[in-house]
Amino acid sequence: MSPRLTLATARRVLLQLRADHRTLVLMIAVPCVLLGMLAWIFDGTPVFDSVGAPFLGVFPFVVMFVITSVATLRERSSGTLERLLSTPLGKGDFLGGYALAFGALAVVQALVATGFAIWVCGLDVAGPRSLLVVVAVTDAVLGTATGLFVSAFARTEFQAVQFMPAFVFPQFLLCGLLLPRDALPRALELASDVLPLSYAVDAMRTLTTQADAAGDVGRDVAIVASFVVAAVAAGSLTLRRRTP
Amino acid sequence: MMNDQVPAVVVDDLHVFRGSREVLPGISLTVPRGQVVGLLGPNGGGKTTLLRSIIGVQIVAGGTVTVLGEPAGSPGLRSRVGYVTQDASVYGDLTVRANLTYFAALVGAPRSDVERLIEVVDLTADVDSRVDRLSGGQRSRVSLAAALVGSPELLILDEPTVALDPLLRRDLWALFRSLADEGTTLLVSSHVMDEATRCDRLLLLREGRLLADDSPDGLLARTGAPNAEQAFFTLIEKEEAV
Repeated sequence: MSPRLTLATARRVLLQLRADHRTLVLMIAVPCVLLGMLAWIFDGTPVFDSVGAPFLGVFPFVVMFVITSVATLRERSSGTLERLLSTPLGKGDFLGGYALAFGALAVVQALVATGFAIWVCGLDVAGPRSLLVVVAVTDAVLGTATGLFVSAFARTEFQAVQFMPAFVFPQFLLCGLLLPRDALPRALELASDVLPLSYAVDAMRTLTTQADAAGDVGRDVAIVASFVVAAVAAGSLTLRRRTP
Repeated sequence: MMNDQVPAVVVDDLHVFRGSREVLPGISLTVPRGQVVGLLGPNGGGKTTLLRSIIGVQIVAGGTVTVLGEPAGSPGLRSRVGYVTQDASVYGDLTVRANLTYFAALVGAPRSDVERLIEVVDLTADVDSRVDRLSGGQRSRVSLAAALVGSPELLILDEPTVALDPLLRRDLWALFRSLADEGTTLLVSSHVMDEATRCDRLLLLREGRLLADDSPDGLLARTGAPNAEQAFFTLIEKEEAV
């Protein structure tokens, strides 16, 4: 891997995003609109304070997943990936460049969404607010990393979009938002133990209820981060210089 | 240059399957340095597969491909070989300049290369336009310029003139000639036979087999044909008669 090539790639991806105003607006605005609706639904009840933070972790994950999987698929199908891999660019540089660029965007998205939840929707959590941002950013990067990986298994953009319900919804159902994970049927609870979104939501739940949340949240964030590393590593295995 | 005596490309008994079909059933050829070599033949004859094998992005079943003295696809070759795919593989949502700046960064070429190449491919007026707003011919010139950054020693061009009008085609062949005069080796595929006269050497490929590896004049003399297209037909008839 070369830092110079990784940064050049990240810069190029950011330039492409900058040219696409509609996508940028959607990425930043959609999580805020959804959080706002959620707060409105539970207006006058304490429910938003307990589910607001977990949802804050889920939205960036979903949005970044979709955007990243389609963007990398486009690179694979347009022939640019084959061209890039015939240059000195390494696979690590390619994935690292995407992860950096989308990661930077995820930071912006998470900051805006968290700020919106706290100041506009009046989200009140027991734990430190700064950790809210840390977890939201980690979740967004998780979305990016899994999107990179999953794009390898889609041949068309239609398929890539279909991976969203196939890959994201089961995690959403099992992550503890609908029912606490320890109240799930045993088999589903075990399944939820190996899904990254469960730990993302666990971290947000801890933040919601505990003032001294740092230790538990730190552990959950570390688990999510190791899923990120695994997804990027698996993604790099799907990038082949030589193809049939 | 120290490896000047080594041919640009040596292909030895190359076998390639695509699916269950053997596209290249054991082909051997040599591309000398500093020449414009035309790879001609009908569509589906294995031209792109051969070029991809030389770049080192094709899974091969057997045989060897040596490029500038190294096995095809070696890390050391990646900044010495430029590749233009059949479809313009550049970023449609970036400007011409942003595309070239990125490809220049990948091979470590100086930024002055970008400005120089924009002039070479005659895109000065469109340098700040998004590539997907350009015409097909302009896009393929962006793709060509992206392969020229860093002045590679070997250029592999897959049908670079296919969507271009006659005037542009003439200009591009003049560019290929001047690159070869500076010592670059060019391997250019085409299914347009009249482009044969502009090459130093011709490789005629049909159904994965090499029908000829000769200079244009040598080919005409050998077949007694008035032009490359006729020569090609003569060779096919001769092969089918055997």
